[in-house]
Amino acid sequence: MTRAQLHRPQVPQPVGADDRGCPILHVDMDAFYASVSLLEHPDLVGQPVIVGGAAGRGVVLSATYEARALGVHSAMPMSRARRLAPHAHVVAPDFRRYSEASAGVMALFSSLTPLVEPLSLDEAFLDVRGAQRRLGSPRAIARLIRDRVHDEQGITCSVGVAATKFVAKLASTLSKPDGLLVVPPDRVVEFLHPLPVSALWGVGDKTAEQLTRLGLRTVGDIAATPPRTLARVLGDATGRQLADLAWGRDPRRVVSTATDRSIGAEETFASDVDDAAVVTRELLRLSEKVAARMRARGYVGRTVSLKVRFADFTTLTRSRTLADPTDVAREVYAAARRLYDGLHLQRARVRLVGVRMSGLRDEETAPRQLLLDEEGPGWRDAEQAVDRLAARFGAHIVRPARLLDPPDG
Amino acid sequence: MKIRVEQEEFAEAVAWAARTLPSRPTTPVLTGVRLSGDGDAIQLAAFDLEVSAKADVPAVIDEPGTAVVNGRLLAEIAKALPAQPVELGLEGNRVSVRCGRSTFGLPTMAVEDYPALPELPPHAGQVSASDFAAAVAQVAIAASRDDTLPVLTGIRVELTATSMRMAATDRYRLAVRDIPWQPAAGGEHFALVKARQLHELGRSLGHADAVQIALGEGDDGRIGFGLGDRELVTRLLAGDFPRYEQLLPSESHTVATVATAALTEAAKRVKLVAAERTTPIRLQFSDGEVLLRAGAYDDANASESLECEMSGDPIEIAFNPDYLLDGLTAVGTDQTTLSFTTANKPAVLSPAGDDTSYQYLLMPVRLSN
Repeated sequence: MTRAQLHRPQVPQPVGADDRGCPILHVDMDAFYASVSLLEHPDLVGQPVIVGGAAGRGVVLSATYEARALGVHSAMPMSRARRLAPHAHVVAPDFRRYSEASAGVMALFSSLTPLVEPLSLDEAFLDVRGAQRRLGSPRAIARLIRDRVHDEQGITCSVGVAATKFVAKLASTLSKPDGLLVVPPDRVVEFLHPLPVSALWGVGDKTAEQLTRLGLRTVGDIAATPPRTLARVLGDATGRQLADLAWGRDPRRVVSTATDRSIGAEETFASDVDDAAVVTRELLRLSEKVAARMRARGYVGRTVSLKVRFADFTTLTRSRTLADPTDVAREVYAAARRLYDGLHLQRARVRLVGVRMSGLRDEETAPRQLLLDEEGPGWRDAEQAVDRLAARFGAHIVRPARLLDPPDG
Repeated sequence: MKIRVEQEEFAEAVAWAARTLPSRPTTPVLTGVRLSGDGDAIQLAAFDLEVSAKADVPAVIDEPGTAVVNGRLLAEIAKALPAQPVELGLEGNRVSVRCGRSTFGLPTMAVEDYPALPELPPHAGQVSASDFAAAVAQVAIAASRDDTLPVLTGIRVELTATSMRMAATDRYRLAVRDIPWQPAAGGEHFALVKARQLHELGRSLGHADAVQIALGEGDDGRIGFGLGDRELVTRLLAGDFPRYEQLLPSESHTVATVATAALTEAAKRVKLVAAERTTPIRLQFSDGEVLLRAGAYDDANASESLECEMSGDPIEIAFNPDYLLDGLTAVGTDQTTLSFTTANKPAVLSPAGDDTSYQYLLMPVRLSN
């Protein structure tokens, strides 16, 4: 069974009413290039349209579902597509419009959650764990995305909602076009097992053939096979991976590292400042802000950079790499403060200061060097408690004493 | 001033004193070494306002005198001279250095500008020089090099009735060593000394058999080290060293003994695939074998196993490879004993057998799933 055949669901769709524990969304635009191209050619809507090199050579970039019904699919040679669909309209690709539409869609995703992992121009994983208080359940967020993509870009998309990336992606594929499918954790096995083995990540034609020779046709067949047997046939890595996937186990997290190389904040003073106390107070505020953003996105970072711009616009940057990655404002500030003190400024007039963290990594998966005296709650716990209060009562509910406004009089 | 000394002794003494010269002197006179000839010796002194060093060299003093000259230059000249008697003299505002057929003239700095060197504090007792050098090397390795927390750049020295204990920690590891101590008088004494200074001293004990220790506690506390004809006095670090005794585990669930060299070599090989200096190396102890692994499933990786003597529960634990290698180097015996409680609690490296005089506590790296 090929990937294209997956488009038609073969199992009764588990209508997941319960979307708790499924914070991963896979959003995939429907026939992206073709849909965007049709915006320029409204007369062709509802007809078989192929997007690709028009000169009779090259490959199919995308095709409308009407063309796909005739057997056309992307990456197929143009000549073959034309034989299959002789009456289809062929439209030349317009990459500028595709990137515009893609940028619009990705900006929408980023406005909903910081954890966005784009896979290509037209699909992305989203982790909406942190957005539920603001935007509602994952299902509600998926609906919101579908409505807004349609309103803003004039195209449709399909969304799969699940606890893992693998299942979310399968769900979006099976709900296409213009669909939404939620697979709650307790329905994953029943959802997966009837699917053909080619549904599993990493199973291409070759592996599928090997599996078929063993009599393994469905995901359920694989789940019932001892992992050791799979490992013998397919090798250690693939064998283990398939056994895991067949039971819906997929530990990969949504990582937005591709977009976040650093997190920083800077402030231009209303008027130039030559008072070191005012500058360091601002550094503290910026450190608090940067660390809170890192914690919100699940990052720790190792390199702290300080930026100072003077009244004459000359700009200095200094950075320091810490022994251990951190997301604690107190540690960010300590490093920024040392960098600032190291400049030995003598009442220089400062226009702007900035604090930036780079060398970011995922807090949950980053190995952490433990400390001998690590016992009881530390600053990190205190700052996390502040994060929770800020989420409930607003950003500045708890601040370091130095950042409180001076009392009147 | 008219003084005769042997080149080799003179060169050694100048070089030893010159180690203390500040790299960034606050006043020009601190780049100088003070020469004072009196009685039957010439004394070379250097001072960076924190550490002072004095070295005496037997000499024939035809005419006593004192002069201050550029220390590094004098050290280089003394080292380059032929192995013959050296004659030092003062001619106007120059010190002359004559040896064989070479003559040097060095401009002098004002003797009255040279700061007074601190007095040697009261004598506290003595230790064997070789014990002292070994202990300092074993402990200094665990001291912090980061000035953010100054107390952690120090070595805690504890003097009791029979033993001298040194301890240092950078919060990732803790090294503690006990050596025999002969006190001059009763009482317990504590001091916190910059690890870098002790380490330097430990490497330049020369021919001394014993190290005399002098200690003045209090706000302006200093510690002095006497090596026969050499003497070093340094200011103590202020601040409270962490209460480390409570960190030393009282029990262990797994004890393994391995050949130190074999484990060191294996760890060095396996760490080659570590993406960063801090990428952890995993050690899995089970069935009389330790399996070392590093790297990632989907990236470069390495593993190596070696035999070990083992009792207790199997354990898998991860360390910063450099910290592990530091500990294996510091233990210094053919066999190293590693004791563990759990994967997130400190491991202890110590010499195999009943020797409890050295412990290197190492905090593991927590791995996520």
